[in-house]
Amino acid sequence: MFEQLFPNVVMDDMWQATWETLYMTIFAGIGTFVLGIILGLLLFLTDQGNLWQNRLINFITATIVNVFRAIPFIILILLLFPFTDFLIGTIRGWKAALPALIIGSAPFYARLVEIGLKEVDKGVIEAAKSMGAKGYTIIFKVLLPESMPAIISGITVTLIALISYTAMAGVIGAGGLGDLAYMKGFQRWDFDVVFLCTVFIVVIVFVVQFIGDFLSRVIDKR
Amino acid sequence: MIRIKNLSKLYQTKKQQVQAVDNVSLNIEQGEIFGVIGYSGAGKSTFVRLINRLEEPTNGSVVIHEKDITKMSTNQLRKKRQKIGMIFQHFNLLWSRTVFDNIAFPLEIAGVSKAERKEKVQELINLVGLTGKENVYPSQLSGGQKQRVGIARALANDPEVLLCDEATSALDPETTDDILDLLVSINKKLNLTVILITHEMHVIQKICHRVAVMENGNVVETGDVLDVFVKPQSKTTKRFVQQLHPLEYEKENLVDFINDKEDSEVVKLHFIGNNAKRAVISEVAKKFDVEINILQGSIAPTQEGAYGTLYVEINGDKNILEETISFLRGTGVEVEVLRHV
Repeated sequence: MFEQLFPNVVMDDMWQATWETLYMTIFAGIGTFVLGIILGLLLFLTDQGNLWQNRLINFITATIVNVFRAIPFIILILLLFPFTDFLIGTIRGWKAALPALIIGSAPFYARLVEIGLKEVDKGVIEAAKSMGAKGYTIIFKVLLPESMPAIISGITVTLIALISYTAMAGVIGAGGLGDLAYMKGFQRWDFDVVFLCTVFIVVIVFVVQFIGDFLSRVIDKR
Repeated sequence: MIRIKNLSKLYQTKKQQVQAVDNVSLNIEQGEIFGVIGYSGAGKSTFVRLINRLEEPTNGSVVIHEKDITKMSTNQLRKKRQKIGMIFQHFNLLWSRTVFDNIAFPLEIAGVSKAERKEKVQELINLVGLTGKENVYPSQLSGGQKQRVGIARALANDPEVLLCDEATSALDPETTDDILDLLVSINKKLNLTVILITHEMHVIQKICHRVAVMENGNVVETGDVLDVFVKPQSKTTKRFVQQLHPLEYEKENLVDFINDKEDSEVVKLHFIGNNAKRAVISEVAKKFDVEINILQGSIAPTQEGAYGTLYVEINGDKNILEETISFLRGTGVEVEVLRHV
């Protein structure tokens, strides 16, 4: 039955590609999470009226974030080839896709983090100050925990965008399901492979969405 | 003891200057509940934030227990703030933390060990009457319960003073009274100085010893609550007192009772301090052959004794009436016989 419907699919290749996609998503996801939160905090804290109010740093951070968000991902990968080569030592394989994936999605996530932080009740920050809290206490014990649902739902949205980026990166040699769909599917006109790759990606997206929704629901005590 | 001297705050924007607090000087004694009342925009919220420097003063000094807050470095100020508790109109609890962890937060900031934290938090939870709610999240609490958490949190580091910024303004009247009772009991139990900001005269009347009335950033009147109630000087103060005793200003409604007959008088009795507790009316009724008809009145307890007015009609023989009235005067009650103007 399966072989009749998908005559050209080699399951070993499918699993291999799935793992590559998952690796890319997970590692780039971790990188995006960390870099995005740092950038998001920087954007928020240096903004007018906040803890580290600083026009210059805010302007520089916002500019970097905006510029990288403006570059189409496919062009960003090409642009980062020399940087990737220097950093990873190769421009092929899933590891080589990580710098571009992280740099491509962290600015987007940073904006989501910033929005989440802006939602934190100013009164709660004032209360923490009135108790004599230090800056880092306010960041780690007030700002981040209080905006956690937004941080989680933000990373969910970002991860899904990231999965679609991994497919694009796949097409220019990063491996994964995008690579498989393009090389083995599209190039040979074996559309059963393209179709199955699509199904796999959709399943991954659904699982990520489900876990993200679940986490943000559990964490939200408002 | 808190000495506030020439405290000012000027907000400067490109287009205009706003003098939120203008040269305020006050002395607040150890262990007293000091009220600051004013309409919104009077600068009272800014004033209370100047005391712990959540707002930087433009001018003046705040000395708490011989330490000048305004001269402190950021680090010293942080330490000092641990000894200045603050509660807020909207409670400002962390929704991501349970009741227990909210109250433990200031202790974490002060670097108290986990075991000590646990003990102290439990003690505070019992003090504010939230036993059994330790592991509940703020969203599951009522407004009054949230403010109790706020109070427990403010008391965690054994503060020298408690600042209350409109602490009951978001609560219904009954809950307000519960929270005020709690504040009074804490004030007595811990001999804690409380500075309380409000726009409700009721709050001042119920728990404050002394009061300052603010308007346009200035303190226009200050003194013992009872004195301010009995003899309000400024227009703003009069309006606040009126808010509490609307009857005072409805003499007109009594016109119908006032007549020129010799055997009937309408009398305004003004009770101040402890006289209000005496059963003056029933004494008079027993002692003299008069009929007393209560027309209207209200008596309100304050921290310094009761205060109120009562309008009565006294019917009886002319001579007895005069005796009655002089007897009333003798009890210390202020008596005013109302006549047609």
